Formats: sequence, structure tokens, C-alpha cells
Amino acid sequence: MISVRNLHKRFGDLEVLKGIDLDVQQGGTVVVIGPSGSGKTTFLRCLNILEAPSAGSVKIGDQTVDFSRPLSKREIASFRKQSAMVFQHYNLFPHMTALENVMEGPVTVQKVPKQKARERAEALLTKVGLGEKLHEYPFQLSGGQQQRVGIARALALDPKVMLFDEPTSALDPELVGEVLQVMKDLASEGMTMVVVTHEMRFAREVADEVIFMDGGHVIERGKPEDVFTRPSQERTQRFLNLIQNTDVL
Amino acid sequence: MSSLFTDPERAERLIDIAQSSLLPLLEGVILYTIPLTLISFAFGLALAVLTALARISTVKPLQIIARIYVSAIRGTPLIVQLFILFYGLPTLEIEIDPFPAAVIGFSLNVGAYASEVIRAAILSIPKGQWEAADTIGMSYSQSLKRIILPQAARVSVPPLSNTFISLVKDTSLASLILVTEMFRRAQEIAARTYEFLLLYMEAAVIYWILCFLLSLVQGRLENRFDRYVSR
Ligand SMILES: Nc1ncnc2c1ncn2[C@@H]1O[C@H](COP(=O)(O)OP(=O)(O)OP(=O)(O)O)[C@@H](O)[C@H]1O
Ligand SMILES: [Mg+2]
Repeated sequence: MISVRNLHKRFGDLEVLKGIDLDVQQGGTVVVIGPSGSGKTTFLRCLNILEAPSAGSVKIGDQTVDFSRPLSKREIASFRKQSAMVFQHYNLFPHMTALENVMEGPVTVQKVPKQKARERAEALLTKVGLGEKLHEYPFQLSGGQQQRVGIARALALDPKVMLFDEPTSALDPELVGEVLQVMKDLASEGMTMVVVTHEMRFAREVADEVIFMDGGHVIERGKPEDVFTRPSQERTQRFLNLIQNTDVL
Repeated sequence: MSSLFTDPERAERLIDIAQSSLLPLLEGVILYTIPLTLISFAFGLALAVLTALARISTVKPLQIIARIYVSAIRGTPLIVQLFILFYGLPTLEIEIDPFPAAVIGFSLNVGAYASEVIRAAILSIPKGQWEAADTIGMSYSQSLKRIILPQAARVSVPPLSNTFISLVKDTSLASLILVTEMFRRAQEIAARTYEFLLLYMEAAVIYWILCFLLSLVQGRLENRFDRYVSR
């Protein structure tokens, strides 16, 4: 479903991604871990072309883009449609209710009739457990609820791939579970997902593959139990010790 | 002229003038002050949004034109701008009637000042909002219209209300380019009756009442916009 080849991204002189390769099967889930500044967010943003990669290619579904030449707005728009992004800080539209947030993409961008979009949005919000909160504004919702609206908003676009950038790291610990549960449900329904997270339990239960990034490279990749219990690289081990000690997990 | 405090006839005369001048002054408010304010503010606001967008755009020439415009308007007195439009341009055989000249002058003025407000408001919207709009597939203009400007509008209400209230008061300057708005009428009656204090106080009170009413409207507008933020 996803295949990334030799992806590079530089900001001026700073090369943040130094040749990333990744393959994700249809319905597969990949978890990306790595220290702060290693390029995880940048990688996800490149998949959605929120950041234009400097070189390499990305294939999602049956569309391939090659970043060795500049892309037109049209190409970006058409490629972007295939994936949807969930942000660490939710980035909900504060002036819209939960329902309006979820309807916005379908109505404004995809020109879905309002009534249809509303029904779909209600169904999605119900699915993420917010059937009672349709008409609340984001400030009236808890962090976990806001993030679930964020997930529903992304799902409303009917993406082939869902990209999550540390979706639970801004949440109070007691709210993490409800968001992870929604993501687990998605995975078991066959959604293809790339998830940046340090929630190791989630990775063990859901991920087909874990990749460890550091300094713009993929240092290690494999099944979660392998990467977590017997990493082959010393850097991976050190990172795992670090996050275990600081209790991020 | 006898003292107001000792001469009952003088007091009566004052009351007379106050009463008989009220109607012409209010007429000036309704025929000129209010229309001049509303029309100029509407044009000015449209101009301000365009100017703000030009300033944040990535097109260099647009940025430069917008900067020069804002700088020129903010760097020169409003009264000088009005004089150029009304007394200056006829030299180039461009003759504009008093009212349209005033509308042009005030619109340009509001456009420049409000553009700074709107620009700051747009820039105050977190980058994540643009990104979220991007990922759901919105174009630049869709993002602006649906996501950014509605939020910027909320932030802009208090400073734009100030601009609006200033504009109400500034319309008195139109008296100097022969617009027979309220203050010009007050001047005319004062010149005829020599009751300067009375007429100018009367004008002052009318401006004050207008601005007071506007500040009430401002409060209501802010409440309406604030329904989606916790306070
Ligand atoms: N727009 C940008 N301009 C310049 N440098 C940037 C930009 N975005 C990111 N960077 C740099 O790229 C590097 C990788 O950043 P990135 O946000 O991808 O890391 P990350 O792995 O997501 O880190 P974290 O765990 O803190 O979220 C950092 O050094 C960062 O400073
Ligand atoms: Mg990050």
C-alpha cells in the first residue's frame, strides 16, 4: 500500500531525512520510534507532502510521486487525498463544532452534499465514542475527546492510509487509552497506518513492523518483539532504556 | 454680550438655539456622518483584507505595493490626504465632489490601518490550523475563507471597533472639504449665532452618544464571536 524509496529532506543546510525506505502492506501498521529531532514528524509530513521532500519517491495505493522534480499543486492535491493526518496537538478548528470539524473536508473539499456528509460525520463520531458530543466546540472537550474528533475528521476523507504523529503524547495519562483503543479498532478493521508513538504496548499489540529512526536514518526495523526485546543495534538499546527509564511507555 | 448667569433672556436664547439646531445637526448625522462612516468602513475593510493578504503573500511586488500604501497613509495626516483629494487633484483636472472625495479618503485610511490589524490577526492563527486545512485538502483560498479568516475575525473585533469609532470622529474632518456633515452644520450655526461653546458642546455630545452606542455593539459582537472559546 505504501512504498517509500530513498526519501531525503533537507531544510537549507540541515539534512533531516537521509534516505528512508519503507514498505507497508495493505492493512498493515508500522510504528515509528526514535529520539526527539530524529526526523519522525518530518517523515510523516513528507508522506502527506506537507513538507516537500528533496529527493526520493513515495508510492501510496496506485499513485507514485517522484520528488526529483517539482510537483504541481494539482499533483500534490491528488496525492494528498490518499492519506490523512492526525496531529499531536489535534489542530481541530476551534470555531467549528465536532460535527462541523468532521464535515468540513467532505463538504468544502470533496463537495459531498451537506446532508450526506452530516450523516457520515455523525456515524464516524459515534464510532469513536463521541455520539453525544456532536455539537460541542473543541474547547468543551477533553484532550482525548479532541483527538478522537481529529481521528474522525481524518477518516471522513476516506483515506487509504492514516498517518498519526504522536497522537497521545499531549494527553494526560488517563486519556491515552481511549485514543489508542480507537486506533486499535481501526487497525483491526484493516486500515493501513503509520504511527509515530512511544506507546510500546500499542506497538506490540498492533504493529506489523517497528522502525527506529535516529539522525535521519532508519537504524533498525523488525517485528515489535524483536526490536523491543533483542535489538541488534546498540543505539536502539540505548534509546529503549532511555524511554523505559523516563517512563514514557 | 451679557452674562449667561445674570441675564434670563440670554439663557432663553441659548435654549432656543440649542433646540432649533438639534434638528439640522441630527440631519447631518443621518445624511452624512453615518453614511460616510458606513460606506468608508465597508470599502476600507475590503481594501484592508486585500492589503493584508498582499503583505503575507509570497509575491514580492504585491508585498511591496502593499507596504508602500500602508506606509504612505500612516505617514501622512488624514487632513492632508483629504486636501490632496479635494483641493489638489482638480489641478490635474480630476474633480471629485465632496462626499465621494471624503469616502475615498476615509476608505484609503481605514484600509491602511485595518490591514495591519488583520495581518497581525492572520499571523496570530497557529500554523497547525493551516496544516490541518492543508491535510484535509483545502486550497489556499479555501483555507483562508473557511479556517483562517473566521478565526482572525474574532481576534480583530476589538481593534477594528476602535478603528470604526475613530472613523466616526474623523468624519468631522470632512467638514473641511465642504461635506455638510454634522460638525460643519454646527460650525455654520455657531458662526451665525456666535454661540460657539453651545454648538461645539452639542456636537461633542452627539459624537459621544454615537460612540457610546457603538461600544455597546462592540461588546455584543465580541460575545458572539467568543462562543467558541472558553473564557
Ligand atoms: N520547517 C523546518 N525548518 C527547519 N528545520 C526543521 C523544520 N522542521 C523540522 N526541522 C528540523 O528537523 C529535525 C527533525 O525534526 P522532526 O520534527 O522531524 O523531529 P521528530 O523526530 O519529530 O522530533 P520530536 O520527537 O521532538 O517530535 C530537527 O532538527 C528540526 O529542528
Ligand atoms: Mg515530532
